[in-house]
Amino acid sequence: MLDFSLTDEQISAAEMVREFAEKEVYPTIGEYDRKQEMNPAVLPRMGELGILGINIPVRYGGQGFDYVTLGLVCEELERVDSTLRVVMSVHMGLNSMGLLQWGTEEQKHHFLAPQARGEKIAAFGLTEPGAGSDVAALRSTARRDGDDYIINGEKMWISLATKADHILWFAKTDPDAEPAHKSITAFMVEADMPGVTSGDIHGKLGVRAGSTGWVNCKDVRVPAFNRIGHEGEGFKIAMSCLDNGRYTVGSGATGLIRASLEASIKYAQERETFGEPIAQHQLIQQKLAYMQQWYDAARLLYLRAGWMKNEGIRNTRETSVAKWYATDMSFQAAHEAVQVHGAYGYSDEYDVERFLRNSRGAIIYEGTSEIHQLMQAGYALGWRRDKPLRCELPAYDPEYWQAEA
Amino acid sequence: MKVVVCTKQTPSTTAVFSVENGHVNWEDPGGKPNVVNPWDEYAIEQAIQIQEEHGGDAIALSMGTEESKEALKTCLAMGCTEAILIADEAFQGSDTLGTARVLAAAIAKMEDVQIALFGKQAIDGDTGQTPVQVAVKLGWTPLTFVSGIKELNPDEGTITVERLLPGGKETVIAKLPVVISVVKELNDPRYPSFMGIRKANRATIPTWTAADLAIESGTAGASASKVDWSNVSELPPRDTEVEIIEADTVQEQARILVDRLFEEKVI
Repeated sequence: MLDFSLTDEQISAAEMVREFAEKEVYPTIGEYDRKQEMNPAVLPRMGELGILGINIPVRYGGQGFDYVTLGLVCEELERVDSTLRVVMSVHMGLNSMGLLQWGTEEQKHHFLAPQARGEKIAAFGLTEPGAGSDVAALRSTARRDGDDYIINGEKMWISLATKADHILWFAKTDPDAEPAHKSITAFMVEADMPGVTSGDIHGKLGVRAGSTGWVNCKDVRVPAFNRIGHEGEGFKIAMSCLDNGRYTVGSGATGLIRASLEASIKYAQERETFGEPIAQHQLIQQKLAYMQQWYDAARLLYLRAGWMKNEGIRNTRETSVAKWYATDMSFQAAHEAVQVHGAYGYSDEYDVERFLRNSRGAIIYEGTSEIHQLMQAGYALGWRRDKPLRCELPAYDPEYWQAEA
Repeated sequence: MKVVVCTKQTPSTTAVFSVENGHVNWEDPGGKPNVVNPWDEYAIEQAIQIQEEHGGDAIALSMGTEESKEALKTCLAMGCTEAILIADEAFQGSDTLGTARVLAAAIAKMEDVQIALFGKQAIDGDTGQTPVQVAVKLGWTPLTFVSGIKELNPDEGTITVERLLPGGKETVIAKLPVVISVVKELNDPRYPSFMGIRKANRATIPTWTAADLAIESGTAGASASKVDWSNVSELPPRDTEVEIIEADTVQEQARILVDRLFEEKVI
């Protein structure tokens, strides 16, 4: 039986996050976006309020909510600004949920719990200057040395590069291995380890109020305890982290569609041309109708993926289609919203200008739309099948999630 | 210390109103049509802060329909330790005095309450009368428009508050128990916490009726009300005209503006 209703808890949690974003982030977002700086209050407040641990079990420092709530939270965050949702994508989707899935009990207590409490900020180090969609081409290395590994390499386009304490770093333990992806191994690199340096990239088209940058490891000594999963398991770990990161990107982009729709509805009723509000013009109505359609479809797609995560059903394909559709349509919606606003939409006096710039990146990161199309075609043709993993993302069990220990 | 915070569920600040056949309706396309009265949020925050500092209970109390449980859940999610709904058909249509009688009876029933907190007014009725009327019914000291609690001494049974008045601030020392109405300068209300949300959704909120409070018929509800809401009409829209003052210099524009304001007897 189908049930599209949300629980009161899910609705209240989303409302709380909306209130936070509207009251504490929205008033100054234009200013920080123009300065290309992150509001320094954002991460500490998201930590304090528990947003950074929303769907992590209470026993690991989280709030014990389910995966659907994570999606709703991302929708609310990106409705105000994409940079807020980016925090959830890297800190929660790509790192913390990876630990929840692949970490040992000790690693969960050591790394995940402070992340869920917001005491440590987490990031994801997969992309390199020469390796994006072609993950197996990454050049970072990890050489075993007694009880440690020595890591060398550079990561690029890393969200929260200069803010993160824990970076889930992917490196090859055997650079000559064939096939290349089988020697990729995951490590939790700590930003204060000797040899770790980082910096922010400026001049980006969008997400200017966020931190995006590079991280370099030069002969960084990392204890074997920090290795997540087995040697050579890194590719699988990276892909399952992406199943979770993409979920936050898709649900967030849904929020961006909603933001574009809301801004357009408001403006269309205020602005008059030819003696009547532009909402009376049918071609404006058509734009609003499409935005509504995109929003509804994107939301249903991410909620399905969230439901599957709750149930413990593998959702790589469903998450991929949700991310692909929502991000493509968020760009389209922002583009139409700018058109509804006319020349005003072209200036940063109105939010839709920022929406358009912010929406563009998500069509590239966490799987370009082209990668997602290849994936969908692969599934459709029967060439691609998901094999069971040694560690699956745990299904949501409220009793286990909410128990103290 | 036992503290009570009285809250009212009101239309949201972004609700859109319409009047049809003498009845008012509202909806909020962007969210919930009804919310905790925004002024009450400061009172709820204060009740929780007092509970956190002095221990005891911070009890949220609301008179309304079953729907008002939503407002009470928000109080619990923010950190109130308990919530009670007062609901009875006999109370429907109460004016502020009728409401005050009922609230006072509920506060008295709780026993040992030292402080009853209110927002300075509700954004729907906008009278600001209920806190003072409750104080009168209880025989307690009313402290209105409180912008700061300077000292609370449960052992001595005293409280020192700062009141925000049109002419300035006034410091008042009073003996407990007191009824306090608060202004927004008092504190910065917290959001509901995630743990609080979960607790609130699982909490059982008891309902007290006229029988529980021994309220005699004819002392509350529509029959006792001096205010009649049976036929609501919309205010006629104001006719406005926009006039753009044009002149070569700003000084000249200002001169014309001042002359026009004098002409219209605005200044």
